[in-house]
Amino acid sequence: MGSQGGWGQSKEFLDLVKSIGEARSKAEEDRIVLQEIETLKRRINEPDVPRRKMKEYIIRLVYVEMLGHDASFGYIHAVKMTHDDSLLLKRTGYLAVTLFLNEDHDLIILIVNTIQKDLRSDNYLVVCAALAAVCKLINEETIPAVLPQVVELLGHPKETVRKKAIMALHRFHQRAPTTMSHLISNFRKRLCDNDPGVMGATLCPLFDLITEDANSYKDLVMSFVSILKQVAERRLSKAYDYHQMPAPFIQIKLLKILGLLGSGDKQASGAMYNVLEDIFKKSEPSSNIGNAVLYECICCVSSICQNDKLLKTAAEVTSKFLKSESHNLKYMGIDALGRLLKRNPEIAEEHQLAVIDCLEDPDDTLKRKTFELLHKMTKSSNVEVIVDRMIDYMISISDNHYKTDIASRCVELAEQYAPSNHWFIQIMNKVFEHAGDLVDVRVAHNFMRLIANGEDDEGAGSQLRSSAVVSYLHILAEPKLPSVFLQVICWVLGEYGITDGKFSASYITGKLCDVAEARSNDDTVRAYAIAAIMKICAFEIAAGRKVELLPECQSLIDELSASHSTDLQQIAYELQALLGLDARAVETIMPYDASCEDIEVDRSLSFLNSFVNQSLQNGARPYIPESERPGTLNISNYGAHDQLEAPSHALRFEAYELPKPSPPPIPPALLAAAPVADLVAVPESAYFSTEPHQPSEPLGGAAMSPAEHGLRLRLEGVQKKWGRPSYSSSSSSSSSSAPSVSAPSAQKPANGVANANGAAAAAGAQARDSSYDSRRNPLVEVSAEKQRLAASLFGARLQEESRRRRPHPPPGAEP
Amino acid sequence: MGIRFVLLVNKQGQTRLAQYYEYLTLEERRALEGEIVRKCLTRTEQQCSFVEHRNYKVVYRRYASLFFLVGVDNEENELAVLEFIHLFVETMDRHFGNVAHFMLEEMVMNGCVVETSKSNILAPIQLMDKAA
Repeated sequence: MGSQGGWGQSKEFLDLVKSIGEARSKAEEDRIVLQEIETLKRRINEPDVPRRKMKEYIIRLVYVEMLGHDASFGYIHAVKMTHDDSLLLKRTGYLAVTLFLNEDHDLIILIVNTIQKDLRSDNYLVVCAALAAVCKLINEETIPAVLPQVVELLGHPKETVRKKAIMALHRFHQRAPTTMSHLISNFRKRLCDNDPGVMGATLCPLFDLITEDANSYKDLVMSFVSILKQVAERRLSKAYDYHQMPAPFIQIKLLKILGLLGSGDKQASGAMYNVLEDIFKKSEPSSNIGNAVLYECICCVSSICQNDKLLKTAAEVTSKFLKSESHNLKYMGIDALGRLLKRNPEIAEEHQLAVIDCLEDPDDTLKRKTFELLHKMTKSSNVEVIVDRMIDYMISISDNHYKTDIASRCVELAEQYAPSNHWFIQIMNKVFEHAGDLVDVRVAHNFMRLIANGEDDEGAGSQLRSSAVVSYLHILAEPKLPSVFLQVICWVLGEYGITDGKFSASYITGKLCDVAEARSNDDTVRAYAIAAIMKICAFEIAAGRKVELLPECQSLIDELSASHSTDLQQIAYELQALLGLDARAVETIMPYDASCEDIEVDRSLSFLNSFVNQSLQNGARPYIPESERPGTLNISNYGAHDQLEAPSHALRFEAYELPKPSPPPIPPALLAAAPVADLVAVPESAYFSTEPHQPSEPLGGAAMSPAEHGLRLRLEGVQKKWGRPSYSSSSSSSSSSAPSVSAPSAQKPANGVANANGAAAAAGAQARDSSYDSRRNPLVEVSAEKQRLAASLFGARLQEESRRRRPHPPPGAEP
Repeated sequence: MGIRFVLLVNKQGQTRLAQYYEYLTLEERRALEGEIVRKCLTRTEQQCSFVEHRNYKVVYRRYASLFFLVGVDNEENELAVLEFIHLFVETMDRHFGNVAHFMLEEMVMNGCVVETSKSNILAPIQLMDKAA
């Protein structure tokens, strides 16, 4: 690229390129490049660099970034170069800028002005340079700055300008489709442009539009057919020929469009048959590009309404592809076969030998393509063979992305076409074993559900489960099983391990303990293991047998009781509690084989009614619902955190009004409107009876601004330090540290929804501290971004909090 | 949309030209280029010129010691892209000088191939030459 020096590069640059080319290691290359960066940094910031030199420096910067090193110190110079009057320099500047920057970059603002000016230039080459930059750098916000001018350029006398203007509009449509809806007619108009280049360019945005909504463009079918016909008949200038094919790239685009328009529409399809036949005849099968057009034709034919003659021709062409020596053509052939399958299911059989060859070819790309084809061809008669092969292939892949892909295909096919549950389990075991952690966890859950009640016949069902248990005990001997697989195994052993009496409870329990011990880092697996142990104990007790815990089992329980994972702790305690219950109770709590039964939840806790009544009679205070408690914020409003209107307790996103002089005690409803007087050191009593100002203030920190702007804080006697270290808890003189730090228990902190449930006072105070920290930054107005951020913060917080509080259901109860 | 990137890479895996049609940071580009180049360079002459990478495809073509790599969406016609690379090379052939970037700019916009007539591609560049 730089070796010719035909553009006036200095010897220095040529030497640089040469030395990079000759570098023998990445480290050496990096060293050279870093040195170059130092040189450029020095030179480029000198005053009065001659323009030609600057151009070269910028090209060298492009070079440096291409090799992966940051050259952002030079970006501004590239921006400056776009202002240059010389076409070459200006264009180099634009090129550099499009390579360096992206649409979200801060420097874009500096360029928009230049682009606007250049779009109006007399020199059409300058206009083109600007349009090319528009296509790369204009984003949704800057579209309005250039849109009118671009639309005007659609009528420019020069075709190359019109072509680029169309692509600029295309870009606008990609970035902001709604703003463009009134301009779509422009695309239709340019389709009829005199210049084939402009017409060809218009096909790009039209393709996008038709992909989104084919129905609105059905009226263009005849136009497209006519254009394609003319192209095929060589009515365009020879300049568009490529390897004896007339404008093949345009033909391909048209074929794609026609395929979309004809799909499912008999009338539209009918209009196309003739021209498609023509294309089949005229395309040259001895050249790559000819075959590319033929392939596209096949795609079109297979997606529009059926026409037997065309399908026959398509099948013949596909045949030739598959028989070819070239791997590329075989690849295209396999793909074409997959598309034709839905029109003619037998077609794959006719070519089965060729397909098998491709399957066994060492070329990975071809193999994968063939698996895609097999996926489409799977029926219950061939599913076993196909899936077996897929699994073998899957085991051989090391790339996780592909492994996941093939694993999911296997699962999909197995679920859909499995000839027997037994086979299904074998297959799933293999998938779990080799790709367990790549597969969606729902697959494991579905699998467990299937084992639980997959068979209609009870006898078959229990046989299935027994064989599952046996095979899993066997598999446990293997090292390094994926976590998901172990979870499944534990679950199965827990539910059904001792059902048929083949294995003793202590044997199974022992195995489960081994698993838990081997995976001391994996909390999920341990949870499944201990839950399984619990089930086994439960079944033993329910059957009237005494449970003798193995020593390693007991130590596992002890360990888990002290685990930092609350889930594990919970299960451990539950197990211990269970061991003390009698058979009948246990049977009710943990019935056998009830993993798929629904659990009824009585949300009103009505079964506790008698307990409550009795307590009330004994003098306990009745429960006061939150909405009736004096001056507390209504927590339920947090659920509507994305409603931005301001009910009095909800978050406010508008700034508060300026504070008024300190008022008498204020009822909570009005508090949001009369904020910050409280910052003044009012006497404690007045402060206590009013509710603290913090609850209704948003974390975004809008609240405090008026005070800190307008009024001066009366801080006499107040300790200067804010924040945690100076916070003295509870009743200490309120004049120390922040005035609101008083009797924590009376207040509800703003953050931490979880704390609203009466968490420790310390937690409440801490939360308040952090909310103070955020409020200390004065904000005059809350921008839209902050609103969104607040909404998403709360949304995320809420979900996180509630998830943590919800107890983790034991695996058996989770279908 | 369509074409995601165009790369020219030498036999040693050094990038000689890079044009991206979607935004990737410098680190992402390096990682991507490394991975793809490794994949393509290890393939033999007989094998397909197409390689699947993540959720898109790379079409590549070798000219002496230079590899042309084009990343495309799954819906693209691979043979057509293969030929597009060749068109690019032929066009460059007709013109000497350090203009690969400008040529590509004439041929591809928004990730779509917009110009395939060599004279149309070269005309603006030749004019620019004259103006320089």
